[in-house]
Formats: sequence, C-alpha cells, structure tokens
Amino acid sequence: MPARPAPSARTAVDVFIPMPACDDWSACAATPVLRARAEMLARIRAFFAAAGVMEVETPILSHAGATDPALASLSLSGGLSGGGSDADRRLFLQTSPEFPMKRLLASGSGPIYQICKVFRGEERGRRHHPEFSLLEWYRPGMDYGQLIDEVADLVRAALQRPTLPMERIRYRDLFREVLDLDPFTAPLQTLREAAVTAEIPDADRLDLERDGWLDLLLTQCLEPRLGRSGMGFLCDYPPSQAALARIRPGSAPPDDQPVAERFELYIDGVELANGFHELTDAAEQGARFAHDCAERRRLGLAEIPPDTRLLAALEAGMPASSGVALGLDRLLMIAVGATHIDQVLAFPVERA
Amino acid sequence: MAFYSTSEFKGGLKIMLDGDPYNIVENEFVKPGKGQAFNRVRVRNLKTGRTVEKTFKSGDTVEAADVHDTDMQYLYNDGEEWHFMDPASFEQMTADANAVGDAAKWIKEEDICRVTLWNGVPLSVDAPNFVVLAITETDPGLKGDTSGGGGKPATLETGAVVRVPLFVQSGELVKVDTRTGEYVSRAKEA
Repeated sequence: MPARPAPSARTAVDVFIPMPACDDWSACAATPVLRARAEMLARIRAFFAAAGVMEVETPILSHAGATDPALASLSLSGGLSGGGSDADRRLFLQTSPEFPMKRLLASGSGPIYQICKVFRGEERGRRHHPEFSLLEWYRPGMDYGQLIDEVADLVRAALQRPTLPMERIRYRDLFREVLDLDPFTAPLQTLREAAVTAEIPDADRLDLERDGWLDLLLTQCLEPRLGRSGMGFLCDYPPSQAALARIRPGSAPPDDQPVAERFELYIDGVELANGFHELTDAAEQGARFAHDCAERRRLGLAEIPPDTRLLAALEAGMPASSGVALGLDRLLMIAVGATHIDQVLAFPVERA
Repeated sequence: MAFYSTSEFKGGLKIMLDGDPYNIVENEFVKPGKGQAFNRVRVRNLKTGRTVEKTFKSGDTVEAADVHDTDMQYLYNDGEEWHFMDPASFEQMTADANAVGDAAKWIKEEDICRVTLWNGVPLSVDAPNFVVLAITETDPGLKGDTSGGGGKPATLETGAVVRVPLFVQSGELVKVDTRTGEYVSRAKEA
C-alpha cells in the first residue's frame, strides 16, 4: 500500500479539490474525494464497533414528518398503493432518523447508530444540500457532557487527527463575551441594536422574533469564531431553542436561568453536529409538537402530522439517553479542505 | 405581479427593492443548526450600478423585476435621445442620456448594442465590447516611431478620446475595447 501523504495543518487528507466544473453527466467530487468518503465511513463504523454501538437502519419514508417550523419536510403524494385518502397515502422523507431511532431505544435496542440520507427542502448553498448524509447515534445512560466527549473522539477518529483539541463554550457566555449582552434576558431592542452595531445588512429593518435575532447574531457574528483551533462545542441553549432537548432548571448564579441541554459542534466556524440530552417525557414532547403545529399554522406553513408512535414509545418508556446527529458531508469537507459541498458530492441535486 | 421566494435566489435573478430594479450578484444561504435561516445577498442596483448587501429571512418573497436584455441596433441621436431598433421586429425605442451613459462615447449608427429593458423601457445600454472608429484628430507622431511607447491622445469620430501609439495618424481606423477605454490595434474596415 502506498504511504499516506502527511496530514497538513488543517486537513486530515491531502487531496486536490477542483471546483466543480465538470461535464453535466460526470461526477462532481474527484475520485480521491470519493475514496476519502469511503475510508471515513469505514473508520466511523470501526469506531462504533469498538465502542459496542450497534448499527441500525430505520425507514427513510414515514407517515409522520418533522413539525419543527424551521424544517421543510419533503413528501411523496400517493406514495403508498391501496385505498385511503391522499393524506393517508402520503409519505414524508425523513429530515432525520430521530423518531424511529428513539422508538428502537424504547424497544430495548441499547446504544445504536445509523448512517443515512436525510432530506430538507429549500436548503441549498455552499454548505447546504437538500439531500445529505447524516450520522446519528444514541447513548442510553450517558449524560450530555459524556456524549460531547464521545463526539470529540469520533471526530478525531474520522479525521485521523488524534490530538485535535476541543473546547466547550456556553451559549450565554459566548454572547456575553463577544456582544456584551445576555441572550437569555436582553430585550428585543438590544438584540436589534447589536445587529445594527455589527453592521449586518438590513438589521435595522428586518422583522424578526427573539429567536430570529439570536439566530441572526449567532450566524453572522459568532459562528465564525467557533472551532477556530479545533472543535468548539456550543452548549446550554436558551429553552426556546431546546428542540428535543431536556431543560435543566436554573439554580444559583451564574446558572440562574434554565437552559436546554443541547449542544452544537463547530469546526472552523462550520456547524457539524447537533446533540441533546434527550427529552423522554411524553407529555412534554406532546406539548412541543402542539406548539410546533400552532407555530406552523400561525406562520402559514404546511401542516405536518406529528409522530404519534414516538409519543406512544415515550409513554411506554424510553431510557434516559443522549443523542447527536452529525453531518457527514460537512465532516468530509473539513477532511479534504473543500469550500463548497458540491466538491464532496458525487452528483449535486441540480444534476441528480 | 411576479414574486420570487428566497429559495429561488441565484446570481443573475432580477428583483425589485425599494422601487428600483436590482440584479442578484451573489446569494449565500446561512442557517444555524436549528432555527431561522437567512439569505445573505449581494445585489447591484441596475439604475445606479451600485452594489449593496442585503439580508433576507429565508422564505420571504420579493417582487420580480421585469428586466431583460435584448440586442438592438443604434439608429441615431436626435440631440436629446438615442434611437434604437429591434432588428427582428423593427420596433423602435428611445433611450435617454442616463440609460445610454458611457456607451454614448463609443457607439455610432448601425452598431448592435445590448439594451437592458425594464418594464419595456431601456434602462441601460452597453456598447459592443470592441468598436472600430476613425480618428478625427491627433498630433502627427514622430516619423519612424513604430514602437508605440509613450502614446498620445486621439479624438475619435464619436468624440471619445483614447491614448494611441505615436505612429497612428488622423483618418486611420482603430479598434478600442469599450470596457477599458483602451486602444487595441489599428484596424481596416469594421
């Protein structure tokens, strides 16, 4: 076997990445990039085999969709043969395998992981593609801090960078340090003023709600600072951005505010993974579904049927777990030093 | 009235902002792991040529600008306006000095120009990238100088002034790059 090229400072694999300028029919990713993907997947599977985590497959098509108003589920109408209404026969392409994997946990699977394709409509850009590869895994019995450590180990193994450093940054501290405001308590006007001061175009006339302003400040001002010297784990989000994370009640200062036990991993300012200390309370999960559905109605978005089987599984009892989803195309981008997601895809959607 | 959603944004799309037509130069989709997505967009005002940055909430819509390019033949200038003709339909249109802009320095009768129409009215006119024009006035160069070094100003038949090599004389035809305003070579007939 030929010797591997020595890893450069930034990338684990030295591969020449041409910008996609290929014939319409031919592969976008260079063959060495396709090989880098195959080898990365093999290392990930070896990591989980050694850790005793079982690989699973769950359906890509589901009767239920993602209720999160920020996600656009794609669906197949008349996806099923047989009778019933159009709605009965409609199937959604998964935005993540989260719900069926939690049903496996509640069925007694123990620790599990999955590598699969997920689909998100209306997401396209330098780092977004409507169909992408996700690695998702669940660790019953692990708390959120332990899972962060495991994510760091997995990334080190996948990138073949065993000494890649990591740091944890709390969401609240990041906003305080960089923007000198408390994202949990600052009034809306303060958030808007911070965006104007940061010279975000149109900040003075954008019509956003509280979380929208926080997302704007995070993406435009703060994300570029995260993971500059390795892995940056942003933790403890505002409860309004909990998604499917547990809320930890506030105690004494500086932890006087309840926080969502949710983290995101950044490398070089690129968001790679989102993890939770998972919500297992069926009633609370049902309330969040209802809240999502009400938000969707208020915003005039498509109605999405929530996954009632997930609620039934939580009712029956899902073990306390932490779980995380990691975008494999972006991880590969980092591995090979790509600047556009098309550089690591065999065929981007425009030529699929 | 047509509208575009931010998911349709891409370079070259023509949109209306604050009553002016704009061309999207660059579109970047940004989204945190969960939550609100945004489109960071660089747009060029087609009336002023100025480029500015804009931020849109993803999912928002903007009015489409009825802007398209068409090749038209320049007919004549009546002293105030420039008259153009669609060579296929023979339809005629007039463009004011604002729309013609710099192209006025380069175009002469029968030249084919790229005319950008907004709501059917000329918004801007691009001269052909290269034009061949006669020199009406330039100082006689030194005899025997063929190097072209240094150069001298020459007035062209359209009134534009370009620097030409010393050996180029009045009455000769020269090829000029209209994008840079620079002399390219001597020319025979256009």
